[in-house]
Amino acid sequence: MAQATEQTSAPAAATSHRSEVIAFAIMVLVLAVLPAFVYPPFLMKALCFALFACAFNLLIGYVGLLSFGHALYFGWASYFAAHLAKVGKISIPYWAGSWQWVTVTNSPMVPELAIFLAVMGATVLGFIAGSIAIRRQGIYFAMITLALAQMMYFFALQAPFTGGEDGIQPVPRDHLFGLFDLGDDRVLYVFVLVVFLLGFLLIYRVIHSPFGEVLKSIRENEQRAISLGYKTERYKLMAFTLSAAIAGLAGAIKPFVVQNASLTDVHWSMSGEVVLMTLLGGLGTIFGPVVGAFTIIAMQNYLSSFGQWVTIIQGGIFVVCVLLFRRGIIGEIANLFRIRL
Amino acid sequence: MKLLRTAILSAAMVTAGAAYGQESIKIGVLNDMAGTYADLAGPGSVLAARMAVEDLGDLVKGLKIEVIGADHQNKPDIGSNTVRQWIDVDKVDVIVDVPTSSVALAVNEIVKEKNKVFLVSGAASSDLTGSRCTPNTVHWTYDTWALANGTGNAIVKTGGDTWFFLTADYAFGHALERDTSAVVIKNGGKVVGQVRHPFPGQDFSSFLLQAQASKAKIIGLANAGADTTNAIKQAAEFGITQKGQNLAGLLVFLTDVHGLGLKTAQGLIFTEAWYWDMNDANRAFAKRFAAANRGVHPSMVHAGVYSSVQHYLKAVVALKSAADGKAVVAKMKEMPTKDVLFGEGSIRADGRKIHPMYLFEVKKPEESKAPWDYYKLRATIPADQAFRPMSEGKCPLVNG
Repeated sequence: MAQATEQTSAPAAATSHRSEVIAFAIMVLVLAVLPAFVYPPFLMKALCFALFACAFNLLIGYVGLLSFGHALYFGWASYFAAHLAKVGKISIPYWAGSWQWVTVTNSPMVPELAIFLAVMGATVLGFIAGSIAIRRQGIYFAMITLALAQMMYFFALQAPFTGGEDGIQPVPRDHLFGLFDLGDDRVLYVFVLVVFLLGFLLIYRVIHSPFGEVLKSIRENEQRAISLGYKTERYKLMAFTLSAAIAGLAGAIKPFVVQNASLTDVHWSMSGEVVLMTLLGGLGTIFGPVVGAFTIIAMQNYLSSFGQWVTIIQGGIFVVCVLLFRRGIIGEIANLFRIRL
Repeated sequence: MKLLRTAILSAAMVTAGAAYGQESIKIGVLNDMAGTYADLAGPGSVLAARMAVEDLGDLVKGLKIEVIGADHQNKPDIGSNTVRQWIDVDKVDVIVDVPTSSVALAVNEIVKEKNKVFLVSGAASSDLTGSRCTPNTVHWTYDTWALANGTGNAIVKTGGDTWFFLTADYAFGHALERDTSAVVIKNGGKVVGQVRHPFPGQDFSSFLLQAQASKAKIIGLANAGADTTNAIKQAAEFGITQKGQNLAGLLVFLTDVHGLGLKTAQGLIFTEAWYWDMNDANRAFAKRFAAANRGVHPSMVHAGVYSSVQHYLKAVVALKSAADGKAVVAKMKEMPTKDVLFGEGSIRADGRKIHPMYLFEVKKPEESKAPWDYYKLRATIPADQAFRPMSEGKCPLVNG
C-alpha cells in the first residue's frame, strides 16, 4: 500500500487540465469510430470493465484504499439487473407471528428501471461493506473487503434466484425508455458508450472537486487530514460508496451486453482482475484503468484461440509490465511527457 | 487476428471440388483448453472434430471444411462473446463441445438467435434438452439425468442397495443428489444419509468418516471435477474401498481416472456413454487419437465430438447447404445416426441423442493389462432407458 501511494503521486508534474481534455477528446473519438473496425460486442464488454476499473481506481488511486472485494458490487449489480429485467420478482419478508413474504412486483422490468434499481442495490451493499471496512487500514482493509465479498459470493452460489452455476440467462434486451431497441448492436453500443462516458465524467468531476482534494489529502497523509479538522472516516465512506455505486453501474449494464449474469462476476478472481487492469493501465491516472481494461479484455478475447497458452501469455505480459513500466501504461506516458492524464 | 488464428490453429482443410461450388463449412470447437476440463475435452476435441472430417472422406469431398478451436476459460461471458464473434465475423456454422453448463446454456441462446447449429458433447446440464431446448441444439454424449439414472439404477440392481451421499453444497450438487436418490429409492434401494461439503472443498476427511460410519454399501459422490478427485484420493487413504464400501461417482471421466491412478481409483463405479476398449472400432480410433494427442486416450466427450460432427456433416451433405441451422438440425433428427463409435442411434425431437449408457467399475491395479486399461463393464443401460423420457423434460418443442 505504501508503495502504491508513493507511485501515484509521481505524475503530478503538470498543472493544467489541457492534456486531460485533449486525451478525453481523443478517447471519445476513438470509441466513436472503433465499432467500424472492431467487433462491437467485444467493445461493449470492454467498456463495462473499463468503467468498473475506473470506479475501482477512484478508491485505490485517489483515496489510497485497496479494496479486494469490488467484484461484490459489480457482480451483484449484474445479478440484480439481470433478475429484474428477466423475472422482475421482488419479495420482501415481514413479521406476522412468523416470517412471511410479500411479493412487491412480479413482472419483468424495463432496462432503465432494472439498471437504476441495480445501482441502488450496489450502493446499499457498498455503504454497508464500506461502513465495516473503513475502520481498518492497509492489508486489514483489503482482507475485510475480500471477506465480505466472499460471503456474498457464497450467497450468490446458493441463492435460488441467481441460478447457481448456470447464472441468470438469457437476459432479454428490451427497449430503453420504450424507444431504443437494445436488441440492435449499434443502439446498444451507443447506450453503453453514453453510460460509460457519464460514469467517467462523474469520476473526473469528483476527483477535481474540493471533495476530491480532501480524498487525495487522505491518500497522502490521513493523520494530517484529521489534524486539519476533516472527518476522514466520512470522506472515506462516501468515496467507498460512490466507487461501489459506479462499479454497480458497470455491472448493471453488463448483463444487457453479454445477456447473462454469472458467478464469474462475483468471484474473487474478478476483484483481482480489476486490480490488474488498474495497475496495468496506471494507478491514479484517470485514463489508465480504461487502457488497462481494454488490454486485459482484448487479451482474454483475442488470445482465446491460443487455447492453453492464454494464461501463460497473460502472465508473461504482467511480468514485463511490472519489470519495465511500473507506473502502468498511461502512468509511464504521462511521466514521459510530464503531463497529467 | 484472423491471421493469428489461422497460424496457430492448423485448420483441417479438405480440398474444394466443383460439386458445391464455393460452399465452405466452419466448425468451431469451444471448450476449456487449460483449466479443469482441458483433458477430458480441450485440444483433444479439436483433434476429434478434425478426425471426423478426415474419416468422412469422399462424402465431403466437395466441401471446404475448416475446424477452429478456442478457449472459453469456463466463463460464460467469454464463451458467448467468442461464439458471437465466430458467427458474425468468422462465419462459423456449427459450435461443438462446450463443457461447463453455464457456458453451454449461454451458447445455446446465441446459436438459436443466429440460427446456427450447436452440438453439445462436453456439457452435462439436462436442461439443454429440457426447459431450455431449442430447435438448433443437439445434445450428444451424456447428461446429468442419464448419469444419475445409470449409476443409481444399475448399482441398486447389482446389489448396492444402501447409499450415503457426499454432496457439494450448491445447486448442481443438490440436483445430482436429488435425482440420484430418487432413482435409488425407485429401484428399491435406501438412502441412509447424506452430508454436504463446502464447494470447492479441500478436506473431506470428516465427511468421509461419516460416510464410513453410515455402513452404506455405496458412497455417492454428488460433486464434480477437483472435488470428486480429492474425495476419491482421501477415501483411498482411509482405505474405504478395501473395507467393502464402494464409491459411486456421478460425474467422472476417463481422464480423471488416469489422473488418480488405479491404486487410488479402484472400485469406483460410474456411468459413461463410451469407452475406448469396448470394441475393435473404438480401439482403432483410440490408437490413432492417442498417437496424435500425447498418448492420452479419448474420453467419451471426444468420441461424442467425433460422432456428432460426422452426423452433422452427413445432414449438411443431404441438404446441400449449411446456411439454415434449424433445417440442418431437423435433417439430423430425421436421419438415423450411424457411425463407428456410437453405432446406430437416433436423435429425439427435443434434441437428445439416444444411445445405450454403460456402468463401469475401475479395475484393480493387478487386473489392468495395458496402459489406459482401466474399466470393466458392470452393466449396460439400454438406449430406451438411458435418457429422461421426453414427457418429463418440459421441452417446449415437444409439447407444441
